[in-house]
Amino acid sequence: MTFDWNWNTAWDVLPILLAAFLQVTLVVTVVSTAIAAVLGLIIAMLRRSVPKPVDAVLKFAVDFIRMTPIVVQLLLVFYTFTNLDAITCGIIVFGIHYSTYMAEVYRAGIDAVPAGQWEATTALSMPKGRTWSAVIIPQALRATVPALGNYAISMFKDTPFLIIIGLVELVQAGLVYGGNTFRYTEALTLVGIIFLAASYPTSLLIGRLEKRLAFSY
Amino acid sequence: MTENFDELAAAWPRILDGIWITLGLTGGGAALAMIVAVTLGLMARQPNVLVRGTARTIIEFFRGTSLVVQIMWLFYVLPLLGVDLDAMVVGILALGLNYGAYSAEVVRGSINSVQSGQWEASTALSMSSFHRMRRIIFPQAWALMIPSLTNLLIHLLKGSAIVSFIAIQDLTFHVDQLRLDTSTWFAYGLVGLGIYFIIAYILTLVMNTLEVRAKHRLGRGESLREMLSLKPPRTTAGTGEPA
Repeated sequence: MTFDWNWNTAWDVLPILLAAFLQVTLVVTVVSTAIAAVLGLIIAMLRRSVPKPVDAVLKFAVDFIRMTPIVVQLLLVFYTFTNLDAITCGIIVFGIHYSTYMAEVYRAGIDAVPAGQWEATTALSMPKGRTWSAVIIPQALRATVPALGNYAISMFKDTPFLIIIGLVELVQAGLVYGGNTFRYTEALTLVGIIFLAASYPTSLLIGRLEKRLAFSY
Repeated sequence: MTENFDELAAAWPRILDGIWITLGLTGGGAALAMIVAVTLGLMARQPNVLVRGTARTIIEFFRGTSLVVQIMWLFYVLPLLGVDLDAMVVGILALGLNYGAYSAEVVRGSINSVQSGQWEASTALSMSSFHRMRRIIFPQAWALMIPSLTNLLIHLLKGSAIVSFIAIQDLTFHVDQLRLDTSTWFAYGLVGLGIYFIIAYILTLVMNTLEVRAKHRLGRGESLREMLSLKPPRTTAGTGEPA
């Protein structure tokens, strides 16, 4: 067994990989995280506000999206909306898929706001909109930031699923290079290193953020 | 509409094969993940820096590099190094190692959350450390870790859908084939997502059953038989016992 590593190949493929990383992987991660963060909050607020039967339907929809593979969801959206290009399709599916996870995080955050806060807003006859925006959300959000960060990282590590709809993201860029040159070793190893180099420091940072936010209560 | 179902009926034997492949990947991956998780989880608690460091490095490595990268690396790079594995083995290996690393953190965390009095009592009874782990600590940690492991198991099932990319004819592959003859929403939406959802739901029920059993064995909560029986539940009111 020989580990045949060629530095010239490695330097050759690195710019290609970094370009794919910046143009596709990072774009999908950032935009989808933003969509998921907003949509998740909307779902969590809706589930508290709508009547029970509607909530049951909503819960089923959320569970269904969460318990089925993102790969099949990507295929479904990609072949149904043929006018969408692959990256838009990817951003939408990742945004919706992860919003179902983030909704759970927000729900826990909202549930953790003491009942006295709700009662106080009622006592002050605060309107619904202001109750959410000025009292509940600011308190609920604080505890949810680290968990949202962790989901952003796990979304980042799920972006290679996009190869199923033919998007040339980080892994596919490595596979294309490997297919053209028969040098998979350098390309795919570097892909792994880029993933590790991007996700590990971020997760350490979120770990520290978690400690800080927890202590200041 | 009826054509869709006719096509589904014609393709059903192949889809059934795909379901078995997906279940094989999930089952094999989960079994390997459990072995990896317990090994690494226990190693990550050792006082020895070398042992702990090794476990932490492996855990962070497999958590940090994406599942798909690991599948592709095992599939494309390993043969170049002279190790030729069957695609199915690659799939199970990648799923098992990746989710094993995630589960190792769950195992470690759950063992750490077992009350310190349990550790002290078993030490006071001069149990060997193996005996203590097997009879006292692990059964309690097991009940704690099942909900998290359920989530990871569903993730593993969903992650297995990418293996059609390394030429394994799993459920996603056959659903993809079905799409050529039926409407898109029918193949992916109803058949594909529907079957995955049913599998995930059954897996969740099985794991919940395991949790009930694990808790009952610790003397917390009813046994399965009591839960499923039509007789009214045992009441502990008035006996001074916590319900």
